Amino acid sequence: MLNRDEDILQAAENWQKAGHGVALATVVETWGSAPRPAGSSLVINDDGTFLGSVSGGCVEGAVVTEALDVIASGKPKMLEFGVADETAWNVGLSCGGTIRVFVEKVG
Amino acid sequence: MKLETVTQVNVERAARRPVIVVTDTASGEQRLVKAKDIATDPLSAELAKQLRMGKSGTVESGGKKLFLNVYAPTARLVIVGAVHISQALAPLARSLGYDVTVVDPRTAFASPERFPDLPLIAEWPDVALPPLNIDHYTAFVAVTHDPKIDDPALLHAFARDCFYIGALGSRKTHAKRAERLKAQGASDADIARIHAPIGLNIGAVSPSEIAVSIMAEITAELRLPKEAAKVQAA
Repeated sequence: MLNRDEDILQAAENWQKAGHGVALATVVETWGSAPRPAGSSLVINDDGTFLGSVSGGCVEGAVVTEALDVIASGKPKMLEFGVADETAWNVGLSCGGTIRVFVEKVG
Repeated sequence: MKLETVTQVNVERAARRPVIVVTDTASGEQRLVKAKDIATDPLSAELAKQLRMGKSGTVESGGKKLFLNVYAPTARLVIVGAVHISQALAPLARSLGYDVTVVDPRTAFASPERFPDLPLIAEWPDVALPPLNIDHYTAFVAVTHDPKIDDPALLHAFARDCFYIGALGSRKTHAKRAERLKAQGASDADIARIHAPIGLNIGAVSPSEIAVSIMAEITAELRLPKEAAKVQAA
């Protein structure tokens, strides 16, 4: 079943209430050809289970890893992904755009 | 995001009221603005603009970068007419994320066998439509081909300001429909809002192809800037 936006925030609420550590990652800015618009989001729990997407699947792995850090530290983070770039991240967007993703803890 | 904020967003969305979450992305500071409070908010102009476009985005205010996350209600599709086209249209719209309801007083058409797992109301529009609380985030199509059913349904769609209104029928059929609706109080502006013949012109023939053309037109209405949508439809 395809997850819709409201399923994502509902999952955030449900997981948090069930005692999970939960983080929300949201696309806040895009430049050039970006796979998903600002507002697109991904919710992750401390099992590493996630719903939604912030790109076409290119950077989700890295976002999930960072989100687990955010769950542990409680401090929000801003991530930026551009064209595949060895120096910044090991992952990038093959479509040539740049996105900024805000990752925050829920709760 | 605080759990309380998440919960509030979920409550507002369930009630089909738009809500915007404002985040200072440097500090993580956050607040929630309900649609009814936008007019009196310090960021009212920016909030109103993003909501009107239905788009989230980052704005600068007082030297801060603020992310405005717009949570608009889920788009709905109300289909009046449980016809063959609707059997293709309903699952297609669902796959595009719409909440779908089918209305048709003719029980032979509005049967669960023909529309499994779908909210189906076998009542006349005057009974079926008011409880649905149809709003601006609703696309509305009338495809029964029967004026007794389509006409009152369309009048209801005008009153509820649906973002898309479409009706099945040729240009000739539509001209007659326009006359009937005007006689019942519809304005020229109301009539102009009806997409008829329904759907983008992609040469659709089968019910499934017509469903694709209707969903393409609804998508254009939802996503394209208003002027571009008109050009597409022309």
